[in-house]
Amino acid sequence: MIGIGHYLAVGAMLFTLGVLGIFINRKNIIVILMSIELILLSVNINLVAFSVFLGDLTGQIFAMFVLTVAAGEAAIGLAILVVYFRKRGTIAVDDARQMHG
Amino acid sequence: MIQAAIFYLFSATIVLSALMVILARNPVHSVLWLILAFFNASGLFLVIGAEFLAMILAIVYVGAVAVLFLFVVMMLDVDFVSLRAGFARHLPFGLLLGLVLVVELATVGFYWQFGDLALQARAFPAPGADSGLSNIQSLGVLLYTDYIYIFELSGMVLLVAMIGAIVLSLRHRPGVRRQSVPKQNARTTVNAIQNIRPPVSEGIDTDGGVK
Repeated sequence: MIGIGHYLAVGAMLFTLGVLGIFINRKNIIVILMSIELILLSVNINLVAFSVFLGDLTGQIFAMFVLTVAAGEAAIGLAILVVYFRKRGTIAVDDARQMHG
Repeated sequence: MIQAAIFYLFSATIVLSALMVILARNPVHSVLWLILAFFNASGLFLVIGAEFLAMILAIVYVGAVAVLFLFVVMMLDVDFVSLRAGFARHLPFGLLLGLVLVVELATVGFYWQFGDLALQARAFPAPGADSGLSNIQSLGVLLYTDYIYIFELSGMVLLVAMIGAIVLSLRHRPGVRRQSVPKQNARTTVNAIQNIRPPVSEGIDTDGGVK
């Protein structure tokens, strides 16, 4: 029988893969943003699993808010990425350290 | 039995496609794998009984966020090969960090269980099947009453994100002819029409005056 532990395991694997994706694709900011989406998806899976197995609807409500924030974050992040690409002609994050101030 | 099979199918596909998202050479392929992961997470939510979130996940994540990623990846003319330069160098550190995370999460997962307090402290218990309320109805009742302020606040977050994205990516290129409504409205017969009487067999100057 599938219990909450199975869902939490999927969430943990997804979270770890997201963090790993940030670290091994250090230069490619598009893949970093996608890894952040994966992490947020794993958070959503955890929230929904707890919500269903506890019988409490609050988790699903908050999963919706996480989804909202993820959508806004993706839009802003990609807009910043487009502006940065226009200015510099590349999206390598290593160069972004000169973006102080 | 069949539920377990469907769960393992969906979750195996999620993990596999997440792995391909971070390993794919071409970011377009990464986005496509991401879409597959979102669809399978949506299926997982359907299996567990959160139908509304499953639909929202398919609409918002696949329909909006992933397509946004696809647009940006395809529009930017980036040399993606050079961006993978440090891949092998960062891999050992990333794997080490992933291992630490896995061990920590497994430790938490094995030694954790629901306390009595968690079951007693349910804020909004889900209505049972005999109440006749679907998942969407009960979520809606909760969202528009107890969580109305947070709901409106998340609407504001989306509005700010939209305006921010527009402001960031809008640019005024020189040399583009635009319509200027105030200028058009300010035009009157006095400064728009000019009566001239050119001499016979001679043209008029380009700037309107008599030659």
